[in-house]
This record gives sequence, structure tokens and C-alpha cells, in this order.
Amino acid sequence: MEDEILRRTALFETHRALGGRIVPFGGFEMPVQYAGILAEHDAVRKRAGVFDLSHMAQFELRGDDVAAWADTLTVNHVATMKPLQARYNIFTNPHGGAHDDVIFYRLPDRWLLIVNAANATKMWAHLEAHVRGDVRLTNRHGEDALIAIQGPQSVAMLAPFVSADIAAMKYYTCVETSIAGVPGVVARTGYTGEDGFELFVPGDAAVGLWDALLHANRDSGLTPCGLGARDVLRLEAGMPLYGHELDETITPLQAGLPWVVKFAKPAFEGKAALEAQSAAGDFSRIVGLRLDGRVPARAGYPVLRDGVKVGEIRSGSIAPSVGNASIATALVDLASATEGVRLGVEVRGTEHHATVVTLPFYKRG
Amino acid sequence: MPQPAGLLFSKDHEWVKLDGDVATVGITDYAQTSLGDIVYVELPRLGATLTQFGNIGVVESVKAVSDINTPVGGEVVETNEAIDADPSLVNRAPFDEGWLYKVKLADHGETANLMTGDAYDTLIAESA
Repeated sequence: MEDEILRRTALFETHRALGGRIVPFGGFEMPVQYAGILAEHDAVRKRAGVFDLSHMAQFELRGDDVAAWADTLTVNHVATMKPLQARYNIFTNPHGGAHDDVIFYRLPDRWLLIVNAANATKMWAHLEAHVRGDVRLTNRHGEDALIAIQGPQSVAMLAPFVSADIAAMKYYTCVETSIAGVPGVVARTGYTGEDGFELFVPGDAAVGLWDALLHANRDSGLTPCGLGARDVLRLEAGMPLYGHELDETITPLQAGLPWVVKFAKPAFEGKAALEAQSAAGDFSRIVGLRLDGRVPARAGYPVLRDGVKVGEIRSGSIAPSVGNASIATALVDLASATEGVRLGVEVRGTEHHATVVTLPFYKRG
Repeated sequence: MPQPAGLLFSKDHEWVKLDGDVATVGITDYAQTSLGDIVYVELPRLGATLTQFGNIGVVESVKAVSDINTPVGGEVVETNEAIDADPSLVNRAPFDEGWLYKVKLADHGETANLMTGDAYDTLIAESA
């Protein structure tokens, strides 16, 4: 929408001062890159990168009924989460499609729910429309900041700024602590396939934290990273992006996320549809593709088998961590969704050969 | 920054270097900076006949696909094989090792449809 009024995060002027290239994303003006996507990607795989993710919506949930209530709207368990645990989850519609994929963080006195920026308005309306019992919602979207530090040196680079012992934290846990002198939440979560942390702090503390992290770790190669590098990193790591591998019509089962769907839960939105889909088994699904050549496969390109269209590309990129191969995800029919099957990707009218591969493309060593 | 001397430019951000009947074609520094990290270049085949300003290939960065609209017409007599192996040459040396292809001109008069470096500088200053 050209007349959409874009919002800015607390770090907007910082991004500009760092030479960030600003693009509209999820209703915000966000940096897609600074020095370059490939250099930023390399920093995260080898050292660490710092990302502004304050465009993602932060909702606070309070009340005795939050867990039981959230369990009725999502496919994964919420009530079984222990304090200071984080868990990936998916809000579903009655057809089993995804409203959004999210992370719940359980804090001692409340829950943090992080939803995709592009879905913030939809998700807020969805939650408000379904509120019942003792469930109180607070929308902190755009007020609190979210800064991620991701990469093998994240612990060493972040530890001096955090009171809590972050080296001892397990993956997908969180803690309330002091971050650069300000109260906030540190979570050992991320979207890059590397070790790393996500830092939730008040918006007015964002610039101070960002500058302090970069200043202290300049000589160690901590690098500001934009959303372009983040997308390549998550694709290599086989992580879904809403609107690509998941949407209102692509169910968690189709997205290759059956481990997230807990049919043992008594009832949740879309459960019957997902049970029926699982039983029938004949659904199209997301697969990984590796092209023979270097031509990038872009979202929407047709996927062919023996010259007949069997699906389409949902995400694609050149993958520096996979020998600069051209990798992609595709939604293809069941018969084509087997490792080793040879498919074609139609690029500007020419078919390029590709092989179905197991996700993820990249696993950290 | 002034453009390199002796080149002609198209509004689609390609440059042309004339050497007798043969024109070398590439994309400008402004174009490669705008695109970001270039990961793939698709060029016309040797011997192909190009029409001025026709869409004859693409330059792709991590995020974007950009058409090459050839600034001159004629027969393709050479393509830069080095950029097949290393497309980042176009980023690093857009006016030198990162050239794209060479054309045997069909009509020298077509160069009248191109700009000088100064005119191109004005164009990109206005679009900034």
C-alpha cells in the first residue's frame, strides 16, 4: 500500500547512521542491509551479528487462564511450559491453516507472545476476539525493543552486559535480568541456525544497548545485520517464514512441522481438519530443493516434474553456507515430496534441474 | 563521483565502451551498488542478435532480479565467462573485470540515444 504510514523502531536513526538501506517491512521502515547481505551472513556464521527486530509484535498475556486459553487456539502445548521456558507454536484457523507462527515465553508473572510484524494487526484482533476467563492482553508492539545477537561468539560478546549467567542458559529458555543496566528479558532463541540470544528491553533503552554491544565488540567483528541476511540464514537453517512456508492455506503438517502439532491436546482450533489431513496423508507439502546450477529460484516460480507442474517455489536464495548453491523451498504434491526426486524449476521460461533434499540445508557444527 | 571517461550510458544504468565496431557493455557502479551482492548473471548467447534497449538478460542480487536492457544492438561476439564463476566481479569492478558482453554494432547511429558521463551523473543525482 503506497499510502500506508510506516512506523519506525527506536533504532531507526541508528540504522541510517550505520548506512542501513531502509525498506518497508511489516509496516515498519527497517534495514534490509548495511554493508551487504553476504558479509552480514558471514559474520553470523563465523562470529556474531546484531539485528533490530523491534518491528515484531510483543504482546503481554497475564492471568490464571492464559495457558488453558492459549492451548485452545494453538497446536503446540502451552500449559506444559515451565516458567522461564520458551516454545515455538502456531495459531491455526478452523481449516488447520496458520494464522501465525509465534514464540511463547513464560515469565514468572506473565507471558510474552512474539508474533510476526506482518500479522500483528490480525493476531491482536484474533486474540481480543477470543479472550475469555482471566486473560488480560497488553499490546506492546512498537513500545518495547527486540534486539537479537546471533552467532557462535554471542555468549562471549553479550555476557559482560547481562547480570544473569547466560552461558548456563539452555536453548529455548529465558530470564528476567539486567541488560546494560536496564531491566529486560534475555532469551536463548533465534532465527539463524546459530547459537544466540534475543533481548527484550524498553524502547528507550534500545539505542544505548545497541551502541554498547557494537562498541565493546567492534574488534571481535560483531556486525550489524539487516533483514536480508536474516532471511538467507533462516532459509539455510530450514526455518519457515510466515507467508512463504506457512500461511492461512498451508497447514503445519504441510509445512513439515508435524512435531509442533499435539493431537493429544483435547481440543484446539483446526484440530479436526488437521486430524483429517493427517489421516488422508495425500496433501502437498514443503520440501527443500537444491538446484544443479547457480540460478536463484524465486518465490512463485513453477516447479515441474517431467514437464508437468507439481508445485511452486515458496522461498529461494543462493546459500553461502551450502557452497553457494541455489537452494529453495517448494510446495509440491505428495508424489514429488521424496528425497532424491528430480524436479525442474521454471525460470524465465527455461527449466533448471533440481533435487529434493532433506531440510535443513545447514546445521551448525 | 564522476563516471569513468570515454564511456556512454543508458538511462537503465548500463555503460558502453566503443572500440571501432565493437562495443563492450556493463552495468554502472550506481547499478551494482543499488542491487547489492550480485549472485547470478544471465547473458545472451554468442552470436545472438540484439535490438537496442531490448531485454536480453538479467543481473540478480540476493534479493532482486534486474533486467539488462542492452544499450546497443548488434551481434554478440563475446561474453565475460569470468563472471559465471564469480558474479561478485560485477560488484567489485563494474567498469573493468565485471564487464558483461561485447556487441558488434549494427548501427553506429544508435549511440546518439545514449548519454555522456555528465548527463548520467545528473540522471542519478535526480533519482537519488
